[in-house]
Amino acid sequence: MELAAAKMIGAGLACFALAGAGIGIGLVFGSYLQGALRNPGAAASQTANMFLGFALCEATGLFGLVVAFMILFM
Amino acid sequence: MAMNPMEQFEVKPLFQHPLLNIAGHDIYFTNQALFMCVVVAAISLFLTLTVSKNRLVPTRGQSMAELSYEFVANMIHSTMGEDGLAFFPFIFTLFMFVLFSNFFGLVPWTFTVTSQIAITFALASIVILTMVITGFMKHGLRFLTLFVPKAPWYLLLLLVPIEVISFLTRPVSLSVRLFANMLAGHTLLAVFASFVILLGAAGGVLSVLSIAPLLLIVAIFALEMLVAFLQAYVFAILTCIYLNEALHLHDHQ
Repeated sequence: MELAAAKMIGAGLACFALAGAGIGIGLVFGSYLQGALRNPGAAASQTANMFLGFALCEATGLFGLVVAFMILFM
Repeated sequence: MAMNPMEQFEVKPLFQHPLLNIAGHDIYFTNQALFMCVVVAAISLFLTLTVSKNRLVPTRGQSMAELSYEFVANMIHSTMGEDGLAFFPFIFTLFMFVLFSNFFGLVPWTFTVTSQIAITFALASIVILTMVITGFMKHGLRFLTLFVPKAPWYLLLLLVPIEVISFLTRPVSLSVRLFANMLAGHTLLAVFASFVILLGAAGGVLSVLSIAPLLLIVAIFALEMLVAFLQAYVFAILTCIYLNEALHLHDHQ
């Protein structure tokens, strides 16, 4: 029973990765908006880079999810 | 929890009897194999039917096919330059396969091919192997300078191991990103669907409240459609970036 409880706690702790992903995604979109509002002419050319940054950030949070699943189910 | 949200990712054989037997392992025709066939058939049908009768003023289908072609061609052109277009068939195939499997997975009662790490890791290993082979074919042993950035020697002691590690994690991050995005999105949908059912079955005021998670499912589904496209795009553009490094090493085109 103790092992099962420890697994649950560990999986919950793995969700701390979400904090980093949240900060990262906020920075990506925030910085994009800052840049886009200062220079709207260049904004359209940078949306691809913004989505790339968003995806890279989001992935780090999802790695935490994978760790949580590995703890729970393996 | 009433239902298991992970049940949808279960790989099940469709027929009782294995198709083949290779070295003692039974090879079954699974739901995963079926949906890979469906995806490939859908892409082939879409591209052949829409482009078979070419018109100067494109029909709706033809402009969709042309749009996807131009989208990938522009992506390759902007990241790899002119000589990257040799990789167009490879990257277009990857992009269309990932895009169609992501979108097919969003249809209820289907199986998401890209939510299996086996599939995404196979795709990512093909990408990395292509990169390594291209690099060695084009540059020979000079390809190894990829791991040596321009820096003073005392920094290189630190930077070279970091570059090697970052290279080695590429196939892992490329595959886990796609797989985890699909897995997380579909699990989220299943969890919220079970909220709807549990609240609806509770009776009284609670069953009226079940409209809230139902509306959230609609919103999450819209987000998932964005993610489905975005992950295909990211997979393709990262492939372009990696192949660009193999083609041009560190020098800027």
